[in-house]
Amino acid sequence: MNRLTSALLAWPKAVLLACLLASLAFWLISDRINPYYMDVLTKIGINVILAVSLNLINGYTGQFSLGHAGFMAVGAYAAAAVTMFAGPKFLALAPAAWLLPATDGLFLGALLIGGLAAALAGILVGAPSLRLKGDYLAIVTLGFGEIIRVIFRNIDSLGGALGLNGIPPYTNIFWVLAVACICTYVVLAMVHSTYGRGFVAVRDDEVAAEAMGLNTTRYKIVAFVVGAFFAGMAGGLYGHYTLSIDPKGFDFMRSIEIVVMVILGGMGNTAGVIAAAVLLTLLPEVLRPFEKYRMIFYSLLLIILMLTRPQGLFTWKRTLKTAGRA
Amino acid sequence: MIVFLQQLINGLSVGAVYALIALGYTMVYGILRFINFAHSDVFMVGAYCGFYCSRLDSGHTLAGGLLVMAIAMVACALLGIIIERLAYRPLRGSSNLAVLITAIGVSLLLENAAQLVFGADPKAFPALFPERNFTSQAGLTVSSNQLLVLAVTAVLLVALQWIVLHTKIGTAMRAVAFNHQAAALMGINVDRVISFTFGLGSALAAAGGILYAMNYPSIDPYMGTLPGLKAFVAAVLGGIGNIPGAALGGFLLGLIETLVKGSKFSTYSDAIAFAVLILILLFRPAGLLGKFQVEKV
Amino acid sequence: MLSIQNLSVSYGAIAALHGISFEVGPGEIVTLIGSNGAGKTSTLRAISGLIKSRGKILYQGRDLANLPPHEIVAAGISHVPEGRMIFANLTVAENLAMGAYLQKDKGGIERDRQFVFGMFPRLAERRQQVAGTLSGGEQQMLAIGRALMSRPKFLMLDEPSLGIAPILVKTIFEKIVEINRQQGLAILLVEQNANLALEISRHGCVLETGQIILRDSSAALRENPKVRAAYLGGV
Repeated sequence: MNRLTSALLAWPKAVLLACLLASLAFWLISDRINPYYMDVLTKIGINVILAVSLNLINGYTGQFSLGHAGFMAVGAYAAAAVTMFAGPKFLALAPAAWLLPATDGLFLGALLIGGLAAALAGILVGAPSLRLKGDYLAIVTLGFGEIIRVIFRNIDSLGGALGLNGIPPYTNIFWVLAVACICTYVVLAMVHSTYGRGFVAVRDDEVAAEAMGLNTTRYKIVAFVVGAFFAGMAGGLYGHYTLSIDPKGFDFMRSIEIVVMVILGGMGNTAGVIAAAVLLTLLPEVLRPFEKYRMIFYSLLLIILMLTRPQGLFTWKRTLKTAGRA
Repeated sequence: MIVFLQQLINGLSVGAVYALIALGYTMVYGILRFINFAHSDVFMVGAYCGFYCSRLDSGHTLAGGLLVMAIAMVACALLGIIIERLAYRPLRGSSNLAVLITAIGVSLLLENAAQLVFGADPKAFPALFPERNFTSQAGLTVSSNQLLVLAVTAVLLVALQWIVLHTKIGTAMRAVAFNHQAAALMGINVDRVISFTFGLGSALAAAGGILYAMNYPSIDPYMGTLPGLKAFVAAVLGGIGNIPGAALGGFLLGLIETLVKGSKFSTYSDAIAFAVLILILLFRPAGLLGKFQVEKV
Repeated sequence: MLSIQNLSVSYGAIAALHGISFEVGPGEIVTLIGSNGAGKTSTLRAISGLIKSRGKILYQGRDLANLPPHEIVAAGISHVPEGRMIFANLTVAENLAMGAYLQKDKGGIERDRQFVFGMFPRLAERRQQVAGTLSGGEQQMLAIGRALMSRPKFLMLDEPSLGIAPILVKTIFEKIVEINRQQGLAILLVEQNANLALEISRHGCVLETGQIILRDSSAALRENPKVRAAYLGGV
């Protein structure tokens, strides 16, 4: 895992470019692949984006957020609103032959707007994190997630409790993989830069970090904003993939699923978190024949893993601080 | 005025249930400093215990109903003790996060096991107690169920306060909450006190579950989630770890929520608890009755 | 009475005690001296079961090593921890009641309480006061009184003079001697103020980086030039 990280670090931009090209190449051959596999792969990609971005907040910066699905919801609704309400006008105006097909340009814009809207929400949620930590912050972020849901339920122009239907099918495997690569790149580049060491410092010992002159407030806000931005993009991808979204799909359980990926992967271990996202997306597929017992199995697995490997499935060194009781 | 009084009564009876659940959160938090996410599902199991035990009491008498409630309380006390024993005790001394995630796992397990055992479809909760409404000349209506909720809650609160303040095990609970090691040096079996705390909190949650189900006539495996979250907010509102605070927070939250439901913002009533939570944490993080402690380096 | 044999303690990879051995006879006061981090507190915490250890802790012929703390208390060993650790949220009376947690006879508990109040009259005056509001010296009295309520035959005191007004230190040490004489209680004392501790104890052990480097009668230790230079301020 570490060799992977250091290779990524040695030529980060080249690796990113290679990954993006690979995504493009993969998209070109994707119609020859079994649609079921493509479906699973798309879900994996979206979950990787969610888990890696949450890992920046929870894993690297140590701010326990339980509201990631809320950011996802903001991004999904904002992006869907752009393509559904502004899209037709844009496509009518857009010149026929561009560098990008007009729908892709529109979709990219919609994703970015979704991400920015979620980032704005990230500032709102990040603000209380300046004063709260641990369990308290977890509950506040959970509360924000629920509030966001209730608000969407009450906006009639966005479909209210029924949600939005008929979102255009713009998501394809290239977009999913590309955003996943960029998200991973940005998070890794951030935490491995000189500036980014500060995130880990805030997690390990906030008081000491502050005493060293680090602006801990800014680090926490930046973590929330960047994490939320990518969650918002993931939401946009999700909406344009499932083609309908409703407030129920972004509930507390969705946030928990993402948190579990981060914890199982090992907080602050990006490679582990990606692996956990892949595994936990595959797990329900594997368990499909036992549909009735699926969630029981899932919850038991969660408990047993926490009892036996609280540091995460893919972390061998203990990176989590254990708080001994005085 | 009548409308307001009516809302007040409704709010208090909703708040009573929040108070009963909040006590479990606050006691466990006081002793182990973690949020027992599975608590809201113990509440749900309590309601199901009431549902199945009600078959024993076909007469719908007051005594029979209370007996059903007592059985549910004992069953859930055992459930709480078992959960602590199997899932939380092995993690004593590890990070809060690991315990929090385990608690979420236990919560999911209980919900899904309930779905399998009891069925996913909502069940109509039977009338456990004889019911009648009292209407004053001015038009104020109080149901016997609302009175019962308030009376049972009051009795349980007084009993709890007595246990905590005037019994040896209650004093030991406060000692353990203050400092595990010092308590152990007194010869207190800390694990046993923790088990007792889980039992006590779970019994109160079971009573809350039945009282809740009586007024919302159907029950389902996920019924605990929202009241559970709101009760947690109530515990924070009152000052987490503070027993009278949890009761106060519960009643206050029930009142606020009922008033919002009666206003034009009624569709936002589920969000109001969280808004209260965020406000209280921003402006008075220790809660109404708690003392704020600066984290020591 | 208490015989420590080859006791080792480690915190993760860091060893705090490297197989120490010493004995405390019936009715004896033994002092552990040593600098910060020498392993004094670890020794006491291992005996009272607060931390895991390797080696033997023989008490009246029974090995107590790694029993849970409440069973150690039941066996008759009481530990007044460093920093006193009184229950600041409970009243003085409730603190004493917690000390008597394992005692069942009401009459006996009341007699013990009167004994503690006789020894520390201040506590009697403040019995309904919340313990967190007591002064440092009063809290130390409460911590000792609370430990006596469990009817120990063996008492361990960790830094009883820490953070206490100098006038009270003397009173507390007098009380320690009094408890030792009146009740024939064996005492293991850990103390920064080595002068004072060696004055009241019969034997002393000098701990350095987790090992006992000297073991002698207190009188001899007080004359030992090395001990004088390192721990007695060269007096």
